[in-house]
Amino acid sequence: MAGQTLYDKLWSRHLVKERDDGTALIYIDRHLLHEVTSPQAFEGLRLAGRKPWRLDTNLATPDHNVPTTLKERSEGNAGIVDPVSRIQVETLDDNCTSFGIEEFRINDARQGIVHVVGPEQGATQPGMTVVCGDSHTATHGAFGALAHGIGTSEVEHVLATQCLIQRKMKNMQVRVEGELGLGVTAKDIVLAVIGKIGTAGGTGYAIEFAGSAIRDLSMEGRMTICNMAIEAGARVGLVAVDETTVEYLRRRPFAPSEEYWDAAVADWRELVSDDDAPFDKIVELDAAAIEPQVTWGTSPEMVAGVGAQVPDPAAAGDETVQRGVSRALEYMGLHAGQQITDIQLDKVFIGSCTNSRIEDLREAAKVAEGRKVADSIKLAMVVPGSGLVKRQAEEEGLDKIFLEAGFEWREPGCSMCLAMNADKLGTGEHCASTSNRNFEGRQGYGGRTHLVSPAMAAAAAIAGHFVDVRDFGAEGAANDDSQVQEA
Amino acid sequence: MRKFDRHQGLVAPMDRANVDTDLIIPKQFLKSIKRTGFGPNLFDELRYLDEGYPGQDVATRPLNPDFVLNQPRYQGASVLLARRNFGCGSSREHAPWALEDFGFRVIIAPSFADIFFNNAFKNGLLLITFDEATVDRLFQEAEAEEGYRLDVDLESQQVITPSGETLTFEVDAFRKQCLLEGLDDIGLTLKDADAIDDFEKRHRQARPWLFRQAG
Ligand code: SF4
Repeated sequence: MAGQTLYDKLWSRHLVKERDDGTALIYIDRHLLHEVTSPQAFEGLRLAGRKPWRLDTNLATPDHNVPTTLKERSEGNAGIVDPVSRIQVETLDDNCTSFGIEEFRINDARQGIVHVVGPEQGATQPGMTVVCGDSHTATHGAFGALAHGIGTSEVEHVLATQCLIQRKMKNMQVRVEGELGLGVTAKDIVLAVIGKIGTAGGTGYAIEFAGSAIRDLSMEGRMTICNMAIEAGARVGLVAVDETTVEYLRRRPFAPSEEYWDAAVADWRELVSDDDAPFDKIVELDAAAIEPQVTWGTSPEMVAGVGAQVPDPAAAGDETVQRGVSRALEYMGLHAGQQITDIQLDKVFIGSCTNSRIEDLREAAKVAEGRKVADSIKLAMVVPGSGLVKRQAEEEGLDKIFLEAGFEWREPGCSMCLAMNADKLGTGEHCASTSNRNFEGRQGYGGRTHLVSPAMAAAAAIAGHFVDVRDFGAEGAANDDSQVQEA
Repeated sequence: MRKFDRHQGLVAPMDRANVDTDLIIPKQFLKSIKRTGFGPNLFDELRYLDEGYPGQDVATRPLNPDFVLNQPRYQGASVLLARRNFGCGSSREHAPWALEDFGFRVIIAPSFADIFFNNAFKNGLLLITFDEATVDRLFQEAEAEEGYRLDVDLESQQVITPSGETLTFEVDAFRKQCLLEGLDDIGLTLKDADAIDDFEKRHRQARPWLFRQAG
C-alpha cells in the first residue's frame, strides 16, 4: 500500500463515519471562538434547545472588535466606543457564561487574536482537529494539526455535535528547499508561493509545506506560512511535526500534563508524511531565489519582489486577469512600470494573526532600533497578538525601541488587519501592513494595503517608502549595516 | 433551511474575477449579532458612492450608477453570474446571508472559494460551476439580451436558457438532498449520536491528553 500524507493520517484519525453520499463525519478536538462569527450560532443552539456536546474543547476570546489604545482598554468592554461592537463582545461574554465555555475576556492577560492565543496556550496540539469560525484557522496547521476555518452554521454544528460533515481534500505539497537570504522571512516565502500558484491555486487542496527552508523555520514562521494558506485558496495548511514543534509546546498551560507527555510526544512523531506518500500536486520553490515581497494590488497574488516594478496590465494573462490588474492599479493609485520602492506610504501596521508573535516583533524591532519613523508617516503602529506577547516584548524592551523610533505600542487585538475597531486607513492612504489581505477597503474605506514582512514594514516606516530591507543599512539611518543585516 | 427545487430568475452578470468576501459584505456590517438584514449592504462599496455604516438608512445614499445591480434592467435579479474564484477570503457566513437577503437564489461561476461554497449551500443558495467557455457565453447572452432569465432545476441538475438550450451541472449528492428537502444538517448528524459517542470513547482511550484542560 502506498504511504499516507500527513493530511491522510489526520483525516483517518478523526473519521467517525463515512456516509453513502461520499461525505464523512469528522470529530473535532478543539473549537476556538471569537465574537464575530459565533453569536448567530449560539442563538441557533438556543432556538433549537440544544446544548454544546462537549464543553472542554471550546476556548473563546474577543479579538476583532477590541480597542487597542490603553485608555479605552483600561475600561474593559465599556471602553468600546462603538455600541454595535460593544454589544458583540458582550454577547460573546454572555454566551460563554451561560453555556459554560472558557473565555479569555478583554482584559485577561491571555486575551489576544484567537490564532495567536490557541498555540501560545498549547491549546493547539499536533494531531488535533482544530476549527474556528475564521478562515485563518489554517494557522494551527503549523503544528501538524488538521485546522481550517468554518462558517457560522458549522460553528453551531460543532457546538452541537462535536463533528463536521466533510469531504476529503486533495493533497498538495509545497516544497521550499535551500536557505533564505538574510532579511528574507517566512512571510516572503508564503507571499512568493501565492504569487506563484495564485489565490485559487490551492482550492480543494490541503497544502503541506515541506522542504529544508520550512524545517529551518521557528514555530512562529511556520504559523505565518500556514496562516496564509487560505490566501492561496487552501483551507488547510500543514507542517509536519519535528523537534521544533515539540519544544514549542513543552510546559504550555494546555499542553499534555507530565503524566501523558511522553505518550503524546511519541504519538506526535508519527505526524509526518510517509516518504512514498502520493501528492496530487507538488510545487517547488528555491528559497535562495526569494526576494522580500511586496503586494502592489488588491489580491495577495498581486505581489512582486521589492526590486521589481508594478506590472503592465497588458502583459498579464487573459482578458479577465488584465481587467483585474487594471482595476487594481486604479484602486491602488499606481501605474505600470513604477518602481515598488517608489511607493510612498502613509501608515504602517505591524500586527495581525500572520505577524504579531514575539519573533515578528523582534524582527521589526531590530530594524527600528536607533532609527526614527519618517515624518511623512502619519501613523506607525505595533499591535502585539496577545497580552502575553505584549508582556514578553516589554520584558525584552521591544516596546521602548518602538516607542523611541516613533511607533505606537498598542494593546492586543486584530486592529487594523480588518479595521472593525477604530484603527483604520483613510481613503487613498497607502499602508505597509504585515497582515494577510489587501482586498479593497479591507483596512478602511478606500484604503490601499501593501502586504509585507515585519522587517520590511519597519524599514518602510523609517524610509517613508518601500526599501529593500537587505540593503536598508546603506540608506543612512543611525545604525551600521551589521545591525540590519541580521534583521 | 429554505428549500430549493426549481427557480426561474433574472440574471445579473458581475464581470469581475476574485470577488472577495470583503467586497460581498464589508466588515463594518459583521458587527450584527443577527442572521438577517444584510441585503441592503450587499456589495456595499461597489453599490454606493459613499462609505456605509451599520444602522444607516440606505435609501438616502448615493448609488453608483455603473454598478451592475443598480442598472434598471437588472432590478429583481435572482441569478448571479460571476467570474472565477468567487467568494474568496474570509469564512464570514454574512456573505451568503447578504446574497440571500438581497434576493439571490443561484450563483453561476467557473469556480468558487471552498469555504464560501460550503457556507452558501447551508443557506439555501445553489452554486453552479460551469467551465470558463460556458460562463463566457452566458455572460455574452445575458449582456446582449435584456430580461435574460435562466430556469434552474435542481432535481434534474439542469439550467435552461431562454433559447431552450439545456446545460447540465454537477452537484454533490448530500448538498442536493439538503437543498431539495430543506434539511437541518445538525439534526441529521445527531442521528449518528451513538457513532459519535463510540468514536469519542475510543479517541479518549487512545489519546487521553486531548481531553484534559489547563488548571
Ligand atoms: S488578525 Fe485579521 S485575519 Fe487574523 S483573525 Fe483577526 S481579522 Fe482575521
